[in-house]
Amino acid sequence: MSEPPVGHLLDAGLLGEPVAAGRQGTAEYVLEAIDLRKRYGHNEVLRGVTFGVHRGDVKAVLGPSGSGKSTMLRCLALLEPVDAGEVRLEGRRIGVRESGGRLVSLPERVLAKERSEIGMVFQRFNLFPHLTALGNVMIGLTEVRGRSKADAREIAQTMIARVGLAERASFYLGELSGGQQQRVAIARALVMNPKVMLFDEPTSALDPELVGEVLAVMEELAREGMTMVVVTHEVGFAKRVADRVIMMDGGAIIEDAPPAEFFGNPQHERTRKFLEAVH
Amino acid sequence: MDFKPSVFFEALTSPAFIDGVRITILLTVVAMAFGLALGLVVALLRASPWAPLRAVAWGYIWVFRAIPALVWLLFVWDALPQLVPAFKGDWFSAFAAATIALAMNEAAYAAEVFRGGLLSIDEGQRLAARALGMPPSRVFTKVIAPQLIRVTIPPLSNDFITMLKLTSLASVISLQELLARTQTLVASTFRFVEYFSAAAIYYLVLVSIFMVIQAQLERRFVWISRQTAGTSALSRVRQLTALR
Ligand SMILES: Nc1ncnc2c1ncn2[C@@H]1O[C@H](COP(=O)(O)OP(=O)(O)OP(=O)(O)O)[C@@H](O)[C@H]1O
Ligand SMILES: [Mg+2]
Repeated sequence: MSEPPVGHLLDAGLLGEPVAAGRQGTAEYVLEAIDLRKRYGHNEVLRGVTFGVHRGDVKAVLGPSGSGKSTMLRCLALLEPVDAGEVRLEGRRIGVRESGGRLVSLPERVLAKERSEIGMVFQRFNLFPHLTALGNVMIGLTEVRGRSKADAREIAQTMIARVGLAERASFYLGELSGGQQQRVAIARALVMNPKVMLFDEPTSALDPELVGEVLAVMEELAREGMTMVVVTHEVGFAKRVADRVIMMDGGAIIEDAPPAEFFGNPQHERTRKFLEAVH
Repeated sequence: MDFKPSVFFEALTSPAFIDGVRITILLTVVAMAFGLALGLVVALLRASPWAPLRAVAWGYIWVFRAIPALVWLLFVWDALPQLVPAFKGDWFSAFAAATIALAMNEAAYAAEVFRGGLLSIDEGQRLAARALGMPPSRVFTKVIAPQLIRVTIPPLSNDFITMLKLTSLASVISLQELLARTQTLVASTFRFVEYFSAAAIYYLVLVSIFMVIQAQLERRFVWISRQTAGTSALSRVRQLTALR
């Protein structure tokens, strides 16, 4: 009953050039994590996570519950400070600044600016219930990018149509299915023109019949060259779309390989066990 | 039965009475406004990551929920000027004293309402707003506040009605609000039944008007689109299940 996505999601004419476009291509990775460490009390959740994502690549992240996948994404999105390690966006270290020879966490206002360059999609959508679908997509443009209401409305309307929800733009989230909500959430992140999109199990909260419509939008996004990190249990999606697949276990990356290798000939015993379990 | 309708209607329409109503409304609105503002601050302090601030907020709520409003009102009016010279000035009218006392009393209750409201908002809301790149002030005003208002309208409306009735306490510090005017008129006429009935009618009307305003407010915070707003609750439920 919902229209299929019509595509054409990344459109410089609509979204404008990426922020700080001048840096494009100078760094090897768009997003890089170097030895990220994070603990909650005595619980060491990230024990030195290192990986990089090339421009336009899709990195799928697999791993058992509690292995630290969501924590890693929150740290990459600067939603939580790391205890040690670096997050680099297009080669530039983000989240911290040097002060008197020491590294200090940036104040929340400055962090906010840096966050706006990274798109995040949550397992439970986290749409704003007091806004319509259109309002949800507009709010980043008006409140963060400083666009006028009229501009924002036009951009948001177009993006909502491109994720296949033109007819639902004026609906509130109680009136949208889970799949539709997640597509709105993707549109909300996309209009910010992020340099990279992070997805935290974007289809795990959906009824099985609604998974396809969300994956279709994400596949289209990958095809158009968005750089993506996708935590998922959808092995099919990882095989089809990912350029590399990561296996996380106990707060560390134990395997990082192209899908054919990852699924065909996993090096690590834990990966093999995990793949058997999810199949 | 000794009830003279003519005296009753005279009371209802007497200018002194209506002036008392005006002061009652004014005091209710002003004290409530200050009370809500202070209550929000106390609620935010209670959620502060810094323990001493949380302790201050907790102490405030503890003290002001314990002290009877009348005791605190008399303290502010009679004791405060002795304690703090700044309150000896001409500006410190009975209206100012009542505003301060009732607002501080209300703040303790409003803070608890706001705290409950803040706890009821899913942490994912703040997370999504921050992820978009909103600075903390925008996260609060554009995402948290609208949801906070919605869940706190019913309990705060209750507080508003309580406040309207609490303003009658200010008659003891000779503020010429509705009850004080009633008592003055009663003292010269001894028509207790007619005058107190008229006062009761006024409170009833004021609360009724406010209930209409509350209903209107709540309607503004129902987040459904025009397409579905017109249909009945039952067909809406059907529509939602059909959507899934
Ligand atoms: N805010 C927090 N405070 C304390 N502990 C936390 C917090 N967030 C996560 N943890 C702990 O960190 C560990 C990793 O959690 P995380 O949510 O990152 O795992 P995950 O790989 O995303 O799991 P799942 O597949 O269930 O989503 C868990 O032990 C969890 O209890
Ligand atoms: Mg998770």
